[in-house]
Amino acid sequence: MSGGRVITLQIDGRDCGAREEQTILEVARENGIYIPTLCHLNGLHPVGGCRICLVEIAGAPRPLPACVTHPVEGMQVTTDNPELRRQRRLILELMLAEGNHICAVCVVNGHCELQELALQLGVDHLEVPALYPSREVDASHPRFGLDRNRCVLCTRCVRVCGEIEGAHTWDVMGRGLQAMVISDLNQPWGEAESCTGCGKCVQVCPTGALFEKGKSAGEMVKRHLHLPLLTAMRREEEAGE
Amino acid sequence: MPPAASASSGPADTDQAATPNIPQCTPSNTPKHDASDKRWRPVEAAMRRNGYRPGGLIEALHAVQRSYGYIDDASMRALGATMQLPLSKIYGVVTFYHFFHLKPKGRHTCVVCLGTACYIKGADRLLQAISREQQMQPGETSADGRLSLLTARCVGSCGQAPAVVIDDLVQGQAEGSAINRQLARLNGREEERPAATATKGPPAAGEART
Amino acid sequence: MTPEELQRIAAEELQARQHARHRIGVCTASGCLSCGSREVLTAIKQEAADKPEMNLRVEGVGCMGLCSRGPLVWVQTNPPPTETSTAASADASPTASAPNLPDASPDDSADITTDASSDRPTGASARAESALLYKQLTPDDAPTLIATLAAAPASPTAAAAPPATTAEQTSAQDSTQTSAQAPATGDHPLAQKICDPAMPFFKRQVKVVLDQFENIDPERLESYLAADGYLALLDCLHHRRPPEIIDEITRSGLRGRGGGGYPTGLKWSTVAKASAFVPQAGQGHAGSGRQSAGEAERPDGPRKYVICNADEGDPGAFMDRSVLESAPHRVLEGMAIAAYAVGADFGYIYVRAEYPLAVERLRKAIGQAEKQGLLGRNIGGSDFNFQVEIRLGAGAFVCGEETALLASIEGRRGQPRPRPPYPAEHGLWGCPTLINNVETFANVAAIINRGADWFASLGTDKSKGTKVFALAGKVANTGLIEVPMGISLTEIVNEMGGGTPDEAGGAIKAVQTGGPSGGCIPAAHFNLPVDYESLQAEGSIMGSGGMIIMDDTAAMVDVARFFMEFCVEESCGKCTPCRVGTKQVLLLLEKIGRGEGRPADLTQLEELCHLLQQTSLCGLGQSAANPVLSTLRFFRREYVELLAGEEEA
Ligand SMILES: Cc1cc2nc3c(=O)[nH]c(=O)nc-3n(C[C@H](O)[C@H](O)[C@H](O)COP(=O)(O)O)c2cc1C
Ligand code: SF4
Ligand code: SF4
Ligand code: SF4
Ligand code: FES
Ligand code: FES
Ligand code: FES
Repeated sequence: MSGGRVITLQIDGRDCGAREEQTILEVARENGIYIPTLCHLNGLHPVGGCRICLVEIAGAPRPLPACVTHPVEGMQVTTDNPELRRQRRLILELMLAEGNHICAVCVVNGHCELQELALQLGVDHLEVPALYPSREVDASHPRFGLDRNRCVLCTRCVRVCGEIEGAHTWDVMGRGLQAMVISDLNQPWGEAESCTGCGKCVQVCPTGALFEKGKSAGEMVKRHLHLPLLTAMRREEEAGE
Repeated sequence: MPPAASASSGPADTDQAATPNIPQCTPSNTPKHDASDKRWRPVEAAMRRNGYRPGGLIEALHAVQRSYGYIDDASMRALGATMQLPLSKIYGVVTFYHFFHLKPKGRHTCVVCLGTACYIKGADRLLQAISREQQMQPGETSADGRLSLLTARCVGSCGQAPAVVIDDLVQGQAEGSAINRQLARLNGREEERPAATATKGPPAAGEART
Repeated sequence: MTPEELQRIAAEELQARQHARHRIGVCTASGCLSCGSREVLTAIKQEAADKPEMNLRVEGVGCMGLCSRGPLVWVQTNPPPTETSTAASADASPTASAPNLPDASPDDSADITTDASSDRPTGASARAESALLYKQLTPDDAPTLIATLAAAPASPTAAAAPPATTAEQTSAQDSTQTSAQAPATGDHPLAQKICDPAMPFFKRQVKVVLDQFENIDPERLESYLAADGYLALLDCLHHRRPPEIIDEITRSGLRGRGGGGYPTGLKWSTVAKASAFVPQAGQGHAGSGRQSAGEAERPDGPRKYVICNADEGDPGAFMDRSVLESAPHRVLEGMAIAAYAVGADFGYIYVRAEYPLAVERLRKAIGQAEKQGLLGRNIGGSDFNFQVEIRLGAGAFVCGEETALLASIEGRRGQPRPRPPYPAEHGLWGCPTLINNVETFANVAAIINRGADWFASLGTDKSKGTKVFALAGKVANTGLIEVPMGISLTEIVNEMGGGTPDEAGGAIKAVQTGGPSGGCIPAAHFNLPVDYESLQAEGSIMGSGGMIIMDDTAAMVDVARFFMEFCVEESCGKCTPCRVGTKQVLLLLEKIGRGEGRPADLTQLEELCHLLQQTSLCGLGQSAANPVLSTLRFFRREYVELLAGEEEA
């Protein structure tokens, strides 16, 4: 799918060149235009689930997620305005209200993508009531832990494990508010036969839901910048086979 | 029409998780789910029909539930091994769809429709009445495995709302006390019933309420 | 099967019907089955077997619409088999054979009789010419019923058209019949159980999709052939090129009946233009998915698919179920024509597992059609191949959404994905895929047979044709009706539906259309014409055709809460606004319902509703707010009255 047609579009009034198969998010980033994201991660298949990256496109009846929308010749994109900011803020509030987030005692406090977004969008209190779900913590793995109270169902862990590591230990069970990430047949992570212990899921998790054991509050910093490289290498290997 | 509740596959296969160190499960080390088990044959056939490709997963799950009444861990492992599907993916699919059950259902089922037409005609009060009398919450199976109280979103008899389905038979214009009486009768009669639903369940443990 | 063979079988079937002295049809669709029509059918069959000299022909037939009065049974007495028995001879004009009876074929009702349709055996000539419709029969009534026939003289005095076939508003003729019928039924032993064929419930209907259901035995192919079955398919295969078919559908103005109302012809031409594609392996999965499409014996290579969406999820709607249970072949024929037109050779029907009877009848129908060469390879002697398979849903409303439906057929969690790309270009396993609703497909054969102009003459300017609705809730006549688009809600609810049921005489307050994605229309707006645009303008949608009538006992905040609870349960959980937002809206509605709401809560409610509409990924989330917004629009007072601290308001 490389070497598609070249297109020009406008993002925030600026003319940008793009290839057909790129996403609006990629084009924006190439041009130094920032669009907030959460479920998207370079190197993984985008799913368009979190809806944080919504942008306005002239003529479209509703905003569209930049991470999965492809540019079209002459498209006019707006990445930031009061309405978009209001929507993103509300979505983030919904996300925070859905789980149980107590940043002060969280391993990723200060290095959390969710927290970062909240700061950026000015979410300092919740206008919707918190749902206070009772969710399980899985501490059965010798090196890692999963605290579902901090999970935002971005499915990055599911995708990195299936697409990059090839183990597919994780998936999502149930639906709606009951949905949650599980390993193998919803068994303790430590007993999941398919887990190779590579720790990629831990590194890509945007929040403190997946963490390395033995870290105390604020100590866990995630590293996932190497992912696109891994994906590229994998593709090359597959092509060479 | 909900598949036969079967007490068939005993608890033996539900504690699979206790033997976690089998690296790759193949049909041969999940003794219950292979060609020697007659009930597995339709499952195998469903997979074969779809060329053992992932696209056949839901068809295969329907076949499992038809054969066993529910979908246990051993079945999921056998499907995963045969179709080369990750376990978590299968589990994710099974739990996404309300039609699939991880646990055996009661030998009798009472499904109260909570679709719009039935709701307008008081299905919520009907459900409460049944739930109170049977001392069960919707979705529960009685401890003796005799009755499951379930709900549905429209069973297609909206013209007869509110509708209740007892062991595959739709009862239109249902009314709480009549349904409760019928459930009581059903319990009392259980032994002599050549029930269409409860095929091979062990004989009911006493306690007839008539 | 060649067209000649088809005509021959159809003629034989029609002749066999005419040869019987009396024909009896017992409804065997789910509605009636659930109140015992199977037993009634058995009892009547038994009676008939005991009295062979009476020459009775007893058939199980499809849904006649008045499901709430089931089991429904019609009885028809044939004129003595003399000169009129030229059953299906193509030259006998159907109307001529029964001058004093309203002919039921809709081509007359539209006052446009195209040449193409009149020189075909439309089946109308053999249609019940004098029939009585009985309601709520029990097996015990069977002997009485047969006895009335034995006693009755041969002359069809109680002449009345079979109620369910009366497709038009030829009122002049109707009145004569009712009066003719009234005296005849006076001393009838089953008089209490005879339905009045002149009731608006029947009279107002115009049947295209439901046409001849009362004459079709859902389990016999011959029976469908006698109702012009597969004529359109063979006509297409032998005489029309795909672009001509698409043009016909486009000109007919048919729009999707699954809810969205997307122009069907446009969708077909998009799929037709897309180039076929080699099915991709299951995405992101390294398993055995080398060639993941369908069956082992099918060739690899580029392909397109046709999918019939029969996942009728709107609780309280049962149109599609009835169509599948009554005339499964009509849907199959529509799919085959579509496949030929867009260049597909494989099809799936995605049916709810909650519809076991529909599934069983579809299975049977597919088997019959394959055996007769109407499906499978070289259909009708042409070089067109089309294979159809059934896929069962498993209890997820969201799987009616087309991309979720695709995921489900591919064996995955039924979660929608962002569109574009649309399934028409990138569908099942990446191949161009045509997805249409059951009712949409069921319209196709009639359009081919009777022409686009005829179809376009029904309905309104922008919404052509007819629509099937399922009436339910607080109305006297619940059941299935098919009406021309543009008919007013008053006509449907008050006239056809017969207003409030006799027992509890509360006034009708509103009608809910479109289920969890639709809205409530207050009684004051009942002069609204029913078409896609008008309903949308009122904040509701046409939806798939569920119509729930509510009387003044319905509390609108509670109705909104009911639908929101449904959406919370059915949200797939993929996107944040729908997964969490629906729950937050539900909490607010519950709070208001308990009388604890504050004015600020109404503001927040509206804000969350708009967020759902604007930012959700799929149609479920985007329309989940409709029931709330529409009740807020028309019944805001009920919300405000429930608020606790009204200082600011
Ligand atoms: C949540 C949701 C549920 C739907 N359910 C159905 C359904 O049950 N049946 C149906 O035909 N279409 C349903 N649709 C519409 C389909 O996505 C699709 O538009 C339709 O099947 C297209 O067929 P048509 O053009 O013939 O209407 C649903 C859409 C959404 C968003
Ligand atoms: S995951 Fe992020 S937002 Fe949640 S508690 Fe931890 S630091 Fe705070
Ligand atoms: S565990 Fe982390 S990576 Fe996985 S879904 Fe939850 S938040 Fe996303
Ligand atoms: S709107 Fe609801 S059903 Fe649709 S994708 Fe989002 S969560 Fe799933
Ligand atoms: S980042 Fe685009 S939807 Fe999540
Ligand atoms: S709503 Fe209960 S049967 Fe349809
Ligand atoms: S089911 Fe018998 S009339 Fe509808």
